[in-house]
Amino acid sequence: MVNSKHKWKAWLYLSPAIILLLIFTVWPIINTVQLAFMENYDIMQALGGKKFTLGFGNFVSVLQYDGFLQMLGTTVLLCVITVPVSTMLALLIAVCLNSIKFLNRFLQTIFFLPYVTNSIAIGMVFAAMFNIIGNVPGLDSSLVSWGIFNDLLGVFGIKPINWINMGSGYWENIFVMVVYIVWNALPFKILILLGALQSVNKQYYDAAKVDGTSRARTFWRITVPLLSPMITYVVITGFIGGFKEYSSIVGIFGDTMGPPGNPGQLQTMVGFIYDSIKKNQGKASAAAIILFAIILVVTLINLKVSKKNTHY
Amino acid sequence: MKVVLENLTKIFPSRNKKSDEQVVAVNNFNFEIPDGKLIGLLGPSGCGKSTTLYMISGLQAPSGGKILFGDEDVTDLSPEHRGVGLVFQNYALYPHMTVKQNILFPLENLKGEDAMSKAERLERAYQAAKLVQIDELMERKPSELSGGQQQRVAIARALVKMPRVLLLDEPLSNLDARLRLQTREEIRRIQRETKITTVFVTHDQEEAMSISDMIVVMKLGVVQQIGAPQDVYDNPVNLFVAKFLGTPPINVFEGKVVGEKLHIGAQAVLDVPGVADQEVFVGIRPEGFILDSNGPLTLNLNSVEVMGRDVSVVSWHTDALVPAIRSIIDADNKIDRDSETINFKLKPHKVFLFNKETEERIVVER
Repeated sequence: MVNSKHKWKAWLYLSPAIILLLIFTVWPIINTVQLAFMENYDIMQALGGKKFTLGFGNFVSVLQYDGFLQMLGTTVLLCVITVPVSTMLALLIAVCLNSIKFLNRFLQTIFFLPYVTNSIAIGMVFAAMFNIIGNVPGLDSSLVSWGIFNDLLGVFGIKPINWINMGSGYWENIFVMVVYIVWNALPFKILILLGALQSVNKQYYDAAKVDGTSRARTFWRITVPLLSPMITYVVITGFIGGFKEYSSIVGIFGDTMGPPGNPGQLQTMVGFIYDSIKKNQGKASAAAIILFAIILVVTLINLKVSKKNTHY
Repeated sequence: MKVVLENLTKIFPSRNKKSDEQVVAVNNFNFEIPDGKLIGLLGPSGCGKSTTLYMISGLQAPSGGKILFGDEDVTDLSPEHRGVGLVFQNYALYPHMTVKQNILFPLENLKGEDAMSKAERLERAYQAAKLVQIDELMERKPSELSGGQQQRVAIARALVKMPRVLLLDEPLSNLDARLRLQTREEIRRIQRETKITTVFVTHDQEEAMSISDMIVVMKLGVVQQIGAPQDVYDNPVNLFVAKFLGTPPINVFEGKVVGEKLHIGAQAVLDVPGVADQEVFVGIRPEGFILDSNGPLTLNLNSVEVMGRDVSVVSWHTDALVPAIRSIIDADNKIDRDSETINFKLKPHKVFLFNKETEERIVVER
C-alpha cells in the first residue's frame, strides 16, 4: 500500500490523466444526461438564460421516430453476423498461424496490417472493389467495369450484382458491410487469440496425442476451453464495437448512410446520434443514453452466458 | 508386455544453422525391458533419459534403431496406436475439466470396436480412481487438488485405458520430500497391482534405487550400466556410475597400486591381489570405513555429525578429489573429537579401483 505520507504524490502523478478525463469524458457524460432530460432544448435559447422543463420527451421522440426500429435492426444485424463470423475466422487463422513455422513472423505482420490502416481508407478501397463504373451515359464503354468483386463472381458464372450503386438493395448493402467489418475486425482478434494460444502449455497437446484425441476433438475440448477467457473478451469488445458501427458505413457509403438515391438505408444508432446533434441535441443525448443502455444489457447477457462456459 | 529397444538413437540437429554440430541425445541404446517390471531411467539432466521415454511413447521419432512392444515393431506407430500411458512431469491435467472428466477423456477417444458405453466408461474411470485412491475427489477441478493428488489423477488418467506400457516422466519432482517418499511407495504398489510394464525417468538416484526392479544409468546419451539397483550399487562399472549412486556420495581419492598394494598418499591401505602397478582412482563408499586407531588410512578430522543411529565423520586428505570425505560409522563408536587425525580400516568390498585414463573399473580378484 502507498504510505499515506506519499499519497499526495500518487495523486500528483495521476492528476494529468484525471484532469483530462474529467474535462473530456466525465463532464460530457454528465452534460449528456442533463440534455437528454431537457425538453425542446436549444443552445441559443440556453445561452439566453432560458430554463427548460425536465421530462422524458426526448426519449419518447427517439423511440417514436419512424426509422428507429430499422436503424436498431441494422445495428443489431451487423453485430449478430459480424461478431461470431470474425471471432471464428480469427480463431481459425490464429490456430493456423500458430501451427506453421515458415514465414510465421511475416504472416503475423501481414494479418496485422489492417489494424494500423485508417478505416475510412479501407472503406474507400472496398467501395472501389464493389463499385460499378461505366453505367454513366456517355462514358467510354472500354472503361466499363463491374468492380473486382463482380469480376471474381463472373469466373464462377454468377451475373454481376449491384452491391452499392444507385438502386442497390438492403441485403446487398449489408453483405458488403459484413465483408468489410469482418475484415477490419480480424487483426485485433487474431492478435489477442494468437497471444493466448502461444501461452498454452504444449504438454496438454502431447497428453491429448498420447490418448489418441482427434484433431477436431483436441480443438473443441482443449484449445477452445483454454482460450475461452480471451474468446469472451474478444466477443464482448466485438459487440460493444458493433453497436457503435458508423465509420465503416461512412467509409463505403459516405455520411448519407446509404447508396445514392436512398440515403439512410443503412442508418445505425451512432449515425442517428450524429445526425440529430445538428438539429436537436436533447434528442441526440437521449439516443446516446438509449444506446448505452442497450450495450450495457447486451454486455451483461454476454457476461452471464460466458461465465458458464469460461474457464479461468 | 516386454519392451525391446534396439540400437535406439536420437540425434537433434544443431540449433545454430552455421555449425554442423549435432546433439546426440541417445546413442545406440540396447535393452530388453522384461514384462511387468518397474524400470528406472537414471542420469543427470541432459543424459537422454527423457528423450528415451518420449521415443518409447511415440511423441518423438527415433533417428535410428527400433522399438518393439512384445514382438510388434512400433517404431513407426503414432502414440495413440501404441497403447502407452504417459504421466508428464507437470501432470498436464486439463485445467478446465473435473477429475472425472480428465480420467474419462482417454476413454471417450476410443473409436470403433474399442468404443465403450457411457456406463462402462464411468465404471472404468472409478476403478482407476479407486486404484490411486482419489475416488472421493472426482468432482473437483485440478486447481483444487494438492500436488500429490494431481499426481494420482495423472496416473489414473494414464492407467484408465489399460496401457501396455506405463511411462512416467520425473513423477516425483514436483512433490515435497515427505510426499515424495509416500508417492514412490504408491507408484510401486500400483505397478505391482496392475503388473503393467513401467518405465520412469528420474535424476534422483535414491528414488530410482528404492522402487525399481532394474535401473538404467545414462550419461550424455550413452547407457553406462543396467542392472538391479543393489548390483549396480555394489558393482559399478565405472567411476561415473559409482559417483552417481549413493547418498552420501562415494569418496574419491587419487591412489597408486604398487606390488599388489593400494596406496593413498604414502600409506598402503589395502591388499589388491592381481592388479598391476599403476595410478588409479579409488572410490570408497561412506559405509566402507571401520574406525580403528591402528587402521592404515589416516585422515585429517574436520567434524563429527551425529545423526542418531549413525555418526558421519567429515575429514579431508590431500589426495582426495572431494573437499569433504564422509564416513558413516555406527554411533556406538567413541570418537576423540579433539584429535587432529582419525584412522580407519577399509572394508575391501566397499573399495573400488578405476583406471585413471578410461575411468573404467579395475576388478580386484578376491
